[in-house]
Amino acid sequence: MESLVMRSGAWLLAALLAFFALAFSADSGFAIHMGIIMLAALIALWATMSGADYGAIARGVLRMPDPGRYDDDPIRWGVIATVFWGLAGFLVGLLIALQLAYPVLNLGLEWTTFGRLRPLHTSAVIFAFGGNALICTSFYIVQRTCRARLAFPALARFVFWGYQLFIVLAATGYLLGITEGKEYAEPEWYVDLWLTVVWVSYLAVFVGTIVKRSEPHIYVANWFFLSFIVTVAMLHLVNGLSMPVSLLGSKSYAAFSGVQDALTQWWYGHNAVGFFLTAGFLAMMYYFVPKQAERPIYSYRLSIIHFWSLIFLYIWAGPHHLHYTALPDWAQTLGMVFSVMLWMPSWGGMINGLMTLNGAWDKIRTDPIIRMMVMALAFYGMSTFEGPMMSIKSVNSLSHYTDWTIGHVHSGALGWNGMITFAALYYLTPRLWNRQRLYSLRMVNWHFWLSTVGIVLYAASMWVAGIMQGLMWREYGADGYLVYSFAEVVAAMFPMYLIRAAGGVLYLGGALVMAYNIWMTIAGQLRSEQPMTETPYNEAADRPLVPAAAE
Amino acid sequence: MADNKRIDHPTGTETVGHEWDGIEELNTPLPRWWLWTFYATVVFAIGYCVVYPTIPTANGAPGGKLNWSSRDELEKTLVARQTELKPIHAALAATDIAALPGKPELMSQAIAGGAAAFKVHCVQCHGSGAVGSKGYPNLNDDDWLWGGDLATLEKTIADGIRQPEHKATRFSQMPAFGRDGILQPAQVDDVTSYVRVLAKQERPSTSSARGGSLYSANCAVCHGPDGTGMRSQGAPNLTDGIWLYGGDRDTIRQTITNSRYGVMPAWNLHLDTVTIRMLAAYVHSLGGGEAAPAPTPAPADATAAAAPAEAANGGG
Repeated sequence: MESLVMRSGAWLLAALLAFFALAFSADSGFAIHMGIIMLAALIALWATMSGADYGAIARGVLRMPDPGRYDDDPIRWGVIATVFWGLAGFLVGLLIALQLAYPVLNLGLEWTTFGRLRPLHTSAVIFAFGGNALICTSFYIVQRTCRARLAFPALARFVFWGYQLFIVLAATGYLLGITEGKEYAEPEWYVDLWLTVVWVSYLAVFVGTIVKRSEPHIYVANWFFLSFIVTVAMLHLVNGLSMPVSLLGSKSYAAFSGVQDALTQWWYGHNAVGFFLTAGFLAMMYYFVPKQAERPIYSYRLSIIHFWSLIFLYIWAGPHHLHYTALPDWAQTLGMVFSVMLWMPSWGGMINGLMTLNGAWDKIRTDPIIRMMVMALAFYGMSTFEGPMMSIKSVNSLSHYTDWTIGHVHSGALGWNGMITFAALYYLTPRLWNRQRLYSLRMVNWHFWLSTVGIVLYAASMWVAGIMQGLMWREYGADGYLVYSFAEVVAAMFPMYLIRAAGGVLYLGGALVMAYNIWMTIAGQLRSEQPMTETPYNEAADRPLVPAAAE
Repeated sequence: MADNKRIDHPTGTETVGHEWDGIEELNTPLPRWWLWTFYATVVFAIGYCVVYPTIPTANGAPGGKLNWSSRDELEKTLVARQTELKPIHAALAATDIAALPGKPELMSQAIAGGAAAFKVHCVQCHGSGAVGSKGYPNLNDDDWLWGGDLATLEKTIADGIRQPEHKATRFSQMPAFGRDGILQPAQVDDVTSYVRVLAKQERPSTSSARGGSLYSANCAVCHGPDGTGMRSQGAPNLTDGIWLYGGDRDTIRQTITNSRYGVMPAWNLHLDTVTIRMLAAYVHSLGGGEAAPAPTPAPADATAAAAPAEAANGGG
């Protein structure tokens, strides 16, 4: 009883503080944010005081099975949140793609302009969709590969809900025009502080679970998750250093200025790609690919070498975002050579993923989830070759500031991050809800093809658009003068923008098919359908590659 | 290190002996091609660092065996380009624009330079194809407000149109006939009818007949008795069906009621003489360029401020 009073009091205090911050706020955006925080605290207060077992109610509504050996409730919420934020992020992405083709879709309202919706899209897909996928899969994987229940179960629930609050504050902030103006780090100082609290809690839960493991060794997926959590914390803290104008206002100024600020920003930005979108998702790959293929990891040695070389080299590669700028030449040189050296360490993950299918190649034909994983690894390999190539200064002088960069990012994001997440969700849902199988495997196949064709349209159109744009910008006539005006280059991009939007429609369509499939799986339905293929998996006919002798 | 090593059946490779949630790992050695490619990228990186600047220096001097720096490279490229352009610019500066057609090579060089400058300074209003839009003249046709020969274009670009506080700028101001009560709304309507008859967009009517006498009294002084305009005032030709703001009844009524006051910057405040000369040559080349007028002394009628004229901006 005493602890109930204490907890209720704490929530009430939080709500009161938010109320006073709202009342005395320096700007309307801050006031709206404090209102959201007050509402969140009041909901928590009501949930605490009513004394109902909301865990049990949620288990009933979401048809969750009874608690088992592992603490899986936050993971189930995470699966649902990942699907939800994925759909939201893809939808906004499609809208802003269409805005580039048809500016009238900016609607003439400040809240719906491209400039505000674009960070909403990037944050929704990277941090809301990707972040929820990483948090829920890391909680799933760390428990199973450590044979230990989650450490600090209450803190794990706080991580989930705290992260959702961070997403809501960040997203509403972008629409209201609250931004630090740093790409992928747009949220203002108080949202940054909140994320720090949530992230440190996440680290505590994850490390706590590893510490109480019953396995002698730590599985490679957990190395990658740990490097992702620790590095993202470091990046976030340094790049977020700023001085608020008022403790009751949303505006702050960065601790760095000029080229130092730019370099800090791209040190952050590039390693958000390296540790959030690469290391974290490689961790997912290292668990779900061998589980789905039912094959051992191809090479333990490769996993060690490519893990350490990847995390050592990645952290230096950020300056390649600032080629031919005010950044000193020596820093540009380092950014380029570290990016070039990253090629093979990145490919180590692709090799280990693809070659894990050695002995189960036939499953690419029979199992659409394996097919998704293979496509994810193929796109991973493609983007991690393209990245080092684009970091070479002579290539970068053509590609920089063009839509080639957008194509590069999306072949990685849609192909690698999206596909491996979809595969993980398809693996997780029936297991988390104790279902016999997914509602429909044929729908997974549809999702696979819709996404794949969507990505091909997206990436191909942006490659063409970007190279065309770069060549037009630098085209000189016989007399040595530039041939095209900027507006002519924009006009030339129009057909490519349409093809890109068509790719986005297909990708969103695939995600909708997935959402329905997962929804029906959770509801406990099984679609009666023909099996995927008449030819069952034949182990005898599966000829693996020639075995390499161990040294 | 582990005691559960076994040979994996399909691949014939030994496992490491660990197992997590059913996942085992093979002890496959690093693929040779992978390892050697990795070494190659490291060697490339070291080599690149030797020849290009890698170590920061206190005075910002370039480092590396090549002693290369991006700023030096930019400087060299710019100097090379300037050296290439120098004789052309000198020749252009020394040549009166009216004499350009006599020097076809210099003319084509001027047009090329003008085209590039146009893409930077002019497309924002006149459009990348110079076709203009409402309020901004089309420069491809032969309809000119202030004149379309080389010297006139050069002056229009240099001094601009209605550039505030610029003495030499082209200036005229059409009265706001309706707003200032010179004409009653019904009379504005009649003049509108007459103007549309002049442009052959309407049949003569009783309204246009009334408008005709109002036109003679109020408009003909600038737009001419026959409506063909007057370039010294930038007063547009009303008979050619080309409209700067629009030729429908509503727009013409608006124009007569409130007048227009289009402006173009005086580019000699921003650009050098040679660039302006090149711009004039380019605009002249777009299709509507006129030959220099016969050398008759122009009528010195400089009562521009009082003269009504449909407003115009831009050189066309």
